[in-house]
Amino acid sequence: MMQHLLVLPVLLPLLSGLLMLVKRDATRLPRRGIALVSTALLVVVTVIMVLESRSGEISYYALGDWQPPFGIILVLDRLSALMVCLTSILALGSVAYACAGDDRKGSNFHGLFQLQLMGINGAFLTGDLFNLFVFFEVLLIASYSLLMHGGGKDRTQAGFHYVALNLAGSAMFLIALGVLYGTLGTLNMADMAQRVAMLDVDRLGLVEAGAFLLLVVFGLKAAILPLYFWLPRAYASAPAPVAALFAIMTKVGIYAILRVYTLIFGESAGELANFVQPWLWWFALATLALGGVGVLSARDLRTQVAYLIIISVGTLLVGVSMNREAPIAALLYYMIHTTLVSGGLFLLADAISEQRGKAGARIVPGRGVTQPSLLGFFYFLGAVTVIGLPPLSGAIGKALLLDSAQPGEQMWLWPLLLLSSLAGIVAMGRSGSTIFWKAKPGDSDGPRLQPAMLAGLILLLGASPVLSLLAGPITEFTDASATQLLDPGQYAQSILLQNATGDGS
Amino acid sequence: MEALFSTVTGFLAASGLYLALRGRTFPVVVGLTLLSYAVNLFLFSTGGLTTDGAAVISDDAARYADPLPQALVLTAIVIGFAMTAFSVILAMRVRGDLGSDQVNDQREESKEEKS
Repeated sequence: MMQHLLVLPVLLPLLSGLLMLVKRDATRLPRRGIALVSTALLVVVTVIMVLESRSGEISYYALGDWQPPFGIILVLDRLSALMVCLTSILALGSVAYACAGDDRKGSNFHGLFQLQLMGINGAFLTGDLFNLFVFFEVLLIASYSLLMHGGGKDRTQAGFHYVALNLAGSAMFLIALGVLYGTLGTLNMADMAQRVAMLDVDRLGLVEAGAFLLLVVFGLKAAILPLYFWLPRAYASAPAPVAALFAIMTKVGIYAILRVYTLIFGESAGELANFVQPWLWWFALATLALGGVGVLSARDLRTQVAYLIIISVGTLLVGVSMNREAPIAALLYYMIHTTLVSGGLFLLADAISEQRGKAGARIVPGRGVTQPSLLGFFYFLGAVTVIGLPPLSGAIGKALLLDSAQPGEQMWLWPLLLLSSLAGIVAMGRSGSTIFWKAKPGDSDGPRLQPAMLAGLILLLGASPVLSLLAGPITEFTDASATQLLDPGQYAQSILLQNATGDGS
Repeated sequence: MEALFSTVTGFLAASGLYLALRGRTFPVVVGLTLLSYAVNLFLFSTGGLTTDGAAVISDDAARYADPLPQALVLTAIVIGFAMTAFSVILAMRVRGDLGSDQVNDQREESKEEKS
C-alpha cells in the first residue's frame, strides 16, 4: 500500500472530479461533501508524504511499471512532498470558503476545482518533462473555466487574455521540449541531467536555446517581470476561492524553474552548469521593484493583493537565482508563508467587498463593513504578516533571505527587498485605514461572515502564527530540502541505479 | 526533404505568430491554431526525418525510426484541439458579453482616459 501512496495525490482529485460529473443536477449529489472529504483526505495523504520524505530517500513510482528512463514516473523528494502538502492545505481553505455560496454561482465548481488540484499535484510530482507539460495543460484548462466561474464582463475579458497568453506559452513549451528531445534523446529529467553532462560541443547552442525557451514558459507561469502583465487583472477578477487557489499557480512556475535548473542544468551539467541563474537575478530584482510600484498604484484591494503576489514572486526568484543552500532554504520557508497568506488575503478581500455593498473592494471611503472588529482583526493579521513585520512568518522568511545574501548581492538585494516591503506597508496601511476607519457605520443587518467563510479565513491566515511557532522544525525541513535539491547526483542515482539492480518502486 | 519540411514549419509558425498579434479575437484564435500546427510538425521532426525505417526492433531492419515523437505529437494534438475549441467558444462569449471583438476593449480604455 505504501508504495502506491505516491500516486494518490493525482488519483484522489481525479476520481472525485469524475464523480461530480455523474449527474449535472446539483441537488442530487452532495458535491460539497465530496469536495470537502476528498480535499481533507488529500491533506492527510500529503502530510504522510512529507513525513515519508523526511528520511531523505528519493522514491519513485513507475506508472505502468515501465522502468525509468523509459516510462513515466512520479518522484517523491522533500521539495515535491512540501509542494503537494502546501497545495492541499491551501485547497482545503479555498473549498471551505467556496462552500459558503460561491460554488453555486456557476456550474460544477467543485468538479473543476478537483481537476485543477490533480493538475497541480501532478506537476509537482512528475519526473518527466513531457508529463510536466501534460499536467500544466490539465491545470490550465481547469483554471480557464474556473476563472470565468460566475460570468461577468470583466472575467470574460481577463479570461481571454489569460487563455491566449497561455496557449502561446504552451506552444513555446512544446518547441522547447522538441529541441531538448532532439538533442538529448530523452525526456526523463534524471536521464536528461546525465546526458547534458556528456553533450557534444556542437549541440551546446541548441540545448541552451531550448533551456532559455523553457525559462520563458516557466517565467510566464511564475509571472516574472516582462511576462506578468496578465496576472493582476486575471487574479483581481477571478472569484475569491479560485483566486486563492491561483496563489499556488505562480509557485508552480517557480517550482519548475527550481527543479529544471538545479537538476538538469545544475552543478553537474558541465558546460551548461548554472547558466540561467545570473540572468534570473536581474529579472527577479526588477520584478521586485515593479511589484512595489504596482502595489502603491492599486485602486482595488484585490489588485493590491495581486501585486503583493508579484512582490513575493520577485522575492522567491531572487532566492532561486542565488543558488546556494541558505537562500533556497529561506525561499522555501517564504514560499509556504506567502502562498497561504496571499490566498487568505484574496478570501478576506472578497469578504470585505461583500459586506461593503456598493463600494466593493475599491479603496475608497464608503459604507463600513458589518463586522468591523472581526474583519479588521483578520486584515491586521494578514497585512502584518504579508508585509513582513515581526513577529509573524513573513518577517522570518525575509530575514532568512536577507541574511543569506553575500556582500556583493547585499548591495542590490537589501535596498530593493526592504523598499518593496516599505511600499507594501504604505499601501496596506492606506487601504486599511480607508476601508475600516474612514467609513460610515456599517449596515448592522447586512451580510455577515458565514461559518464556512470563517473556517477558510482561519485556516489560511491563521497559518501564519503557526508557521512562526513551528519555524524551528520547518526550517530544519527546508534546509534539508535545499541540500537535497542542490545534489542532482543523488536524484539521478536513486532513479536510474535502482533500475540497474532490477529493484522497482 | 529537410529543407522543404523546415520551410513549411517556419512559414506556418511565422503566419501563426503574425495573426496571434492582431487586435481582433478571430485572427488571434486562428493564429494560435496555426502556431500549434507548426509546433506539431516540429515535434514530429525531432526524432529525425527517417523514411522506411522500422519502429519496432526486428532482426533484419537496417534503419530505425524513432516512435516516441509520434506519441508526443498525438498528445499535443489532442490537447491543442481541446484548447482551440475552448478558445473559439470563449471568443464568441467575448463578442456576446462585450459587444465587440477587440482583444483589448477599446471603449473601456477611452472611457478611462476621459475620466
